[in-house]
Amino acid sequence: MSGKEYSGAEIIINSLVDLGVEVIFGYPGGAVLPLYDALFNQETIRHILVRHEQAAVHAAEGYARSTGKPGVVLVTSGPGATNAVTGLTDAMLDSIPVICLTGQVPVHLIGSDAFQEADTVGITRHCTKHNYLVKDVDNLSRIIHEAFYVATSGRPGPVVVDIPKDIQIFKSSVIHSGVIKHRSYSPEVKGDITSIKAAVTLLAGAKKPIFYTGGGVINSGPAAAQLLREIVHLTGAPITSTLMGLGAYPASDKQFLGMLGMHGTYEANKAMHDCDVMVCVGARFDDRVTGRLDAFSPNSKKIHIDIDRSSINKTVRVDVPIVGDVAHVLEDMLKIWKATILETGRQSYDDWWAKIEKWRRRDCLKYNNSDDVIMPQYALERLQELTKDKDVYFTTEVGQHQMWAAQFLKFEEPNRWMTSGGLGTMGYGFPAAVGVQIAHPDALVIDVAGEASIQMNIQELGTTAQYKLPVKIFILNNEYMGMVRQWQELNHGSRYSETYSEGLPDFVALAEAYGAHGIRVDKPADLDAAIIEMMETEGLVIVDCRVAKLANCFPMVPSGAAHNEMIMFEEEDMQKDFEGGAALV
Amino acid sequence: MYHTRKGLEQASGHTLSIIVDNEAGVLARVIGLFSGRGYNIEHLTVAPVDLEGSESRITVVTIGTPPVIEQIKAQLERLVPVHRVGDLTENGPHVERELALIKVSCIGEQQQAALRIAEAFRAKIVDSSLDSYIFEVTGKTEKIKACIKLMEDVGLVEAVRTGVAALTRGSQAL
Repeated sequence: MSGKEYSGAEIIINSLVDLGVEVIFGYPGGAVLPLYDALFNQETIRHILVRHEQAAVHAAEGYARSTGKPGVVLVTSGPGATNAVTGLTDAMLDSIPVICLTGQVPVHLIGSDAFQEADTVGITRHCTKHNYLVKDVDNLSRIIHEAFYVATSGRPGPVVVDIPKDIQIFKSSVIHSGVIKHRSYSPEVKGDITSIKAAVTLLAGAKKPIFYTGGGVINSGPAAAQLLREIVHLTGAPITSTLMGLGAYPASDKQFLGMLGMHGTYEANKAMHDCDVMVCVGARFDDRVTGRLDAFSPNSKKIHIDIDRSSINKTVRVDVPIVGDVAHVLEDMLKIWKATILETGRQSYDDWWAKIEKWRRRDCLKYNNSDDVIMPQYALERLQELTKDKDVYFTTEVGQHQMWAAQFLKFEEPNRWMTSGGLGTMGYGFPAAVGVQIAHPDALVIDVAGEASIQMNIQELGTTAQYKLPVKIFILNNEYMGMVRQWQELNHGSRYSETYSEGLPDFVALAEAYGAHGIRVDKPADLDAAIIEMMETEGLVIVDCRVAKLANCFPMVPSGAAHNEMIMFEEEDMQKDFEGGAALV
Repeated sequence: MYHTRKGLEQASGHTLSIIVDNEAGVLARVIGLFSGRGYNIEHLTVAPVDLEGSESRITVVTIGTPPVIEQIKAQLERLVPVHRVGDLTENGPHVERELALIKVSCIGEQQQAALRIAEAFRAKIVDSSLDSYIFEVTGKTEKIKACIKLMEDVGLVEAVRTGVAALTRGSQAL
């Protein structure tokens, strides 16, 4: 609270520096000109100019997910803010800490339908964890600090701070310092110890336990992933992960059953269905995981660890709810397990593992390979094989390629896998890769894409060109919006309404137009060479990998089905009819 | 929700008290949560309740099955400016009151009838002209409804209700 006065814009920049921000993803405009002016006069924070505000938010998400730090976005009022809405909603659904600063028209013009005015706090109220409209420059410093606290604590999420242009110019000497203590918001991180004891007792008495883990483990931080490994090893129970949680537990470990859910493995879904005790760690019983709710794991007792109380008993009733941070709760669980169960012993899992091994032998990810045409699964297998020893990060767009990537790429560590899970945002992967590459300039960053999704934020080729970002875009090009087409095959008599990708660009020429390198490959025999060329070429590379056009993603729990009623590759009985399935998403 | 649980659990009315920071947009957050997630609002009242005006108390009467009510409370508690949420229906005995203003236009015999009804409901006359009255009546929702219903036959013009305000009985605060 010194006497020195700063402009609102300076206060914002100083606060960001105080909070350790190194990078901002943004796009300038009229209502943020004072802020951009303040950015111009400093060298601590790097600004990355995107080509569309949606991409700024996805880039911030990619940055956040690959570093564990919050991502920061700066956009202008009106269209700048509304363009950011999809990214904010994406961050909301996947619980990614993002702080989005939006310009606003001057306070006295708010409500007058001024040029580039939008009711940003009104529009973003439902797609943010919290949002602020700053109406007094004296509150600005505190609000910026509070926004970071809210975005990163508890269940993380996006926070919008809407800052009128005059507030950026007005001067104030009120600077926040010290820890933020919010009047009404203070998330609990420690779980209730009685519940944790009950959970340990329940788990120790199980004959057929399973760990079901999600993005909450990754959000909780590296310690949580470490503790998860410890407790899973110690108990000897099988473990499966959601799409969001991949990497929290090493894919190569023999206790890992692969991803569960709609396109999860046979063994993971079967084990989830048949288990007697389920330990849900930082996951939320999403509909992609549960399938038909009344048939979801009917005979199990369920333990649910989640930092968000509203996730507990939302769709599935659980027996032992534990509200708390994953790392804190797992630490307590481990202590109690070591102190009690290690001596008294647990049930034998031999029969359970024998059953699981039988399911595993089904080899649910198999597919018919071909010498003439590249199968998308084969492309991902080769990509996995050729990149496995690299310092590699993967992002994806949304659709079949995303599910195949989740099935065939193997993640050994957290924060290496960035994908749009909850919202399913096509166009997520490329800008997310931009954010990842900014955070990890020397790493190999690959966006596994489809030819339809990639076009949704293809303008970011300008960003990668400007900052010389060596992102690799690996397009599985089947000339269809593959997942929609698969559902049309399944539920709509193979009437492929509007799902053929007509008018595709020449992706090689497109790469070249931006001064990058393009590779086209359509023969299985040439695939390895193409992937190696992609990795060895400096700078951005687009690989236009032409794959089998009508391949389907299996296993699949069709909508309306129970999670143990999977369509398998060899059956391809796509016409199974599940009551009400066609009306579900 | 579990399909198997359907039909086993009855939807019922719950009176929730929500203490919030009295800041811009907080009411929009609360009612937006109800509309966005498909919950019902039967009654809604809101006003600052401390001397400085820094905290407001929102009273919502909503209808749902026990799991839905649980979920509503958890979702409300998740909102950043919400201090605490109390379920008065769940917490035991509580007092609920509502206030209504009822305008009646009447002359002659009907006037006498209106006044008799008002007396029976302990309504106060807060405005009168040669051919009209405005009555103020407080009480439980059922009483308010009954009073308005009876006034229909004696020249009801219009009525306005505040919605429910409620507190738990005894010395404890929420």
